[in-house]
Amino acid sequence: MHTLSVKEMSEKLRNKEITSVALTQHYLDRIDQYDGDLNAYVTVTPELAMEMAKQADDMIAEGKGGLLTGIPVAHKDIFCTLDVKTTCGSKMLDNFIAPYDAKVVEESRKLGMPILGKTNMDEFAMGSSSESSYYGATKNPWDLKAVPGGSSGGSAAVIAAGLAPLATGSDTGGSIRQPASFCGITGIKPTYGAVSRYGMIAYASSFDQGGPMTRSAEESAWMLDVMAGFDERDSTSLEQPKQDYVSTLNNDIKGLKVGVPAEYFEAGLDEGVESNIRAAIAELEKLGAEIVEVSLPNKELAVPAYYVLAPAEASSNLSRFDGVRYGYRCENPTDLNDLYTRSRSEGFGAEVKRRIMVGAYALSAGYYDAYYLKAQKLRRMVRDDFVKAFEQCDVIVGPVAPTPAFNIGEKSDDPVSMYLADLYTIPVNLAGMPAMSVPAGFSNGRPVGLHLVGPYHSEAKLLNVAHQYQQVTNWHQQMPESYQ
Amino acid sequence: MSLEKSEVDTISRLAAISVDATEVDQLTAKISNVLDLFQRMEAVDTTNVEPMSHPLDQVQRLREDVVTETDHHKQYQKLAPAAEKGMYLVPQVID
Repeated sequence: MHTLSVKEMSEKLRNKEITSVALTQHYLDRIDQYDGDLNAYVTVTPELAMEMAKQADDMIAEGKGGLLTGIPVAHKDIFCTLDVKTTCGSKMLDNFIAPYDAKVVEESRKLGMPILGKTNMDEFAMGSSSESSYYGATKNPWDLKAVPGGSSGGSAAVIAAGLAPLATGSDTGGSIRQPASFCGITGIKPTYGAVSRYGMIAYASSFDQGGPMTRSAEESAWMLDVMAGFDERDSTSLEQPKQDYVSTLNNDIKGLKVGVPAEYFEAGLDEGVESNIRAAIAELEKLGAEIVEVSLPNKELAVPAYYVLAPAEASSNLSRFDGVRYGYRCENPTDLNDLYTRSRSEGFGAEVKRRIMVGAYALSAGYYDAYYLKAQKLRRMVRDDFVKAFEQCDVIVGPVAPTPAFNIGEKSDDPVSMYLADLYTIPVNLAGMPAMSVPAGFSNGRPVGLHLVGPYHSEAKLLNVAHQYQQVTNWHQQMPESYQ
Repeated sequence: MSLEKSEVDTISRLAAISVDATEVDQLTAKISNVLDLFQRMEAVDTTNVEPMSHPLDQVQRLREDVVTETDHHKQYQKLAPAAEKGMYLVPQVID
C-alpha cells in the first residue's frame, strides 16, 4: 500500500477498496519493521493513530471529510500535539506533553488524518543534519551512513522510506528543502506567514515557516491546502484569502520564464549536483519554458546575516525555557539564578547553547549596531535582489544544496562549515519567499534536489511547475531498494 | 575575530548558560569562528539601506482589548516541575 500515491489511496478509501484502519496499520507495521535503524520517529502513537483511523472510516462512510480524510500523517516534533509528547528534539522538553494542538495539527485532525507519530529533528530546529537531536541522529534511507539533512530530517526520512505517506516540516533556513533534497522527496516552504506558526515551537520567528513534505508536488499541494490559511492566533499570519494550490497543477508551463542565476553555479558546487540541475533545467525548457539569466549579487551576504539574526531571535525565544513553568528542571537548585542557569545548561544541547550565546552577544550593548542592525540591512539587500530578479522571470531555479547528503559525523565538529552549506536556501528565508525542493536525480547514489524559488504568494505556480516536471520525470517515484 | 575569556563569561551570564571549565576553550574557538563569519558583513556599504524586520514589511495586527483566552491554568500547571495552590514554586528569593 505504501507504494501507492496519496491520490490512489484517497480513491481506494472512497471506493471502499481499503480502509483507513488497514492503511494506518500497514504504516505502523512498517515503522515497527524499519524505524529501529532509521530513528526517524521520536514518538510513535499507534493507539491514537488507530482510534483516529476508525473515526476517519466513519467519516468516509458518512460521506464527510475531504480528499485526505483517512490518510495517515507524521508531524515534525516541533508541532505541539495535544496529549502527545512534543520534544522539539531536546532534553529540555523530554517530559513535555503538549496541552494543545498547533494550528497545523488541529487542521489535519479535523480532517480525520490519523497521526502516526512525531518525527525526529535537530534540537530546536537548529541544524542541517538531524544529528543534534537529543534522541540520536536520524539516518538517510538511501544510505545509512549519510545524514538525512535537517532540521526536518525525520520527516524527510519517513517519506523516503515509506514510513508515512505525508509529513509536516518547518523551514527557518532551509529545514524543509535541504532534507527533502537529501532524501529525494518533494517539499515546499511557503511564503512567510502563509502557514500559521501557532503551536509551532519557535526558533527564529521572523523566518520560521511550516510546510508539507511528500513524495510528489501534487501531494504537497493537497497537504498545503490543509496547512495554509489565516490564523488570528499567529500575529504574523498573512491576512489574505486561501489560495487554490490544486486546480492549476495541470496548467502547461509554455512561455514560463525560468531565471537561472550565474551565482548558483560557482566553485564549490558538486559536479554530480550541477549536471543533474542542468538536466532538470533542460527538461523545463523542453516543456516550453524560456530560460533567462538573472543575478543575485548579494547571495554571499545571506549566510552571515542569517547567523546574526536567527540566533538573536533564538536567544530571545528560548529565554522561556527557565525550569519554572514546564520542561526540564535541574535537581536541588540552590537559588533562583542557579535554577535558571543549571536547568538551561543541562537541558539544552551544545549547538543550541552556542546559538543562544551568539545571539545574546549580537544583541548586547556595543555590538547591536555592528551586528544586528547591519544584518537587518543586508537582509533587505538580499530580498531586493530577488524582487529585482523576479521582474525578469516567473521562477528561479538552481540547486538546493551544493552537495548531496554528507556522511554522519562529517561536519558535526565544524558548525561554520555546516552553516555555509546552506548558501542556496538561506537567502530565500531572508526574503520570506516561497521555495521548493523537487527530486531531480542522483549524485554518487545520493539524491539531488532542484530548487524552485518564486515571488511572494506564488506557491500555486511553483507547485504547478514541479507537477509538470514530475509528469515527465520519475525521480520522485523512486524508493531506496531496502524499503520497497 | 577571537573572543576574550572575559567576554565568554559575559555572554554566559547574559544567556543564563554556564560554561564548564573543560569546555571553555573549545566553545570560545567555535564562537570565534562564527564571529569571523560575521566579519564578512563589515565591508558592505549599507548607507541608506533601511533595516528589514519583516519580509513583507507588515506591522503587528491590533485587536480589541478583550479577553480571548479561556482559563487553562490548572491544565498548564500540571506540566510544571513544581506548583502549588495555583502558583509556580521556585527557590526562596526573599528572606
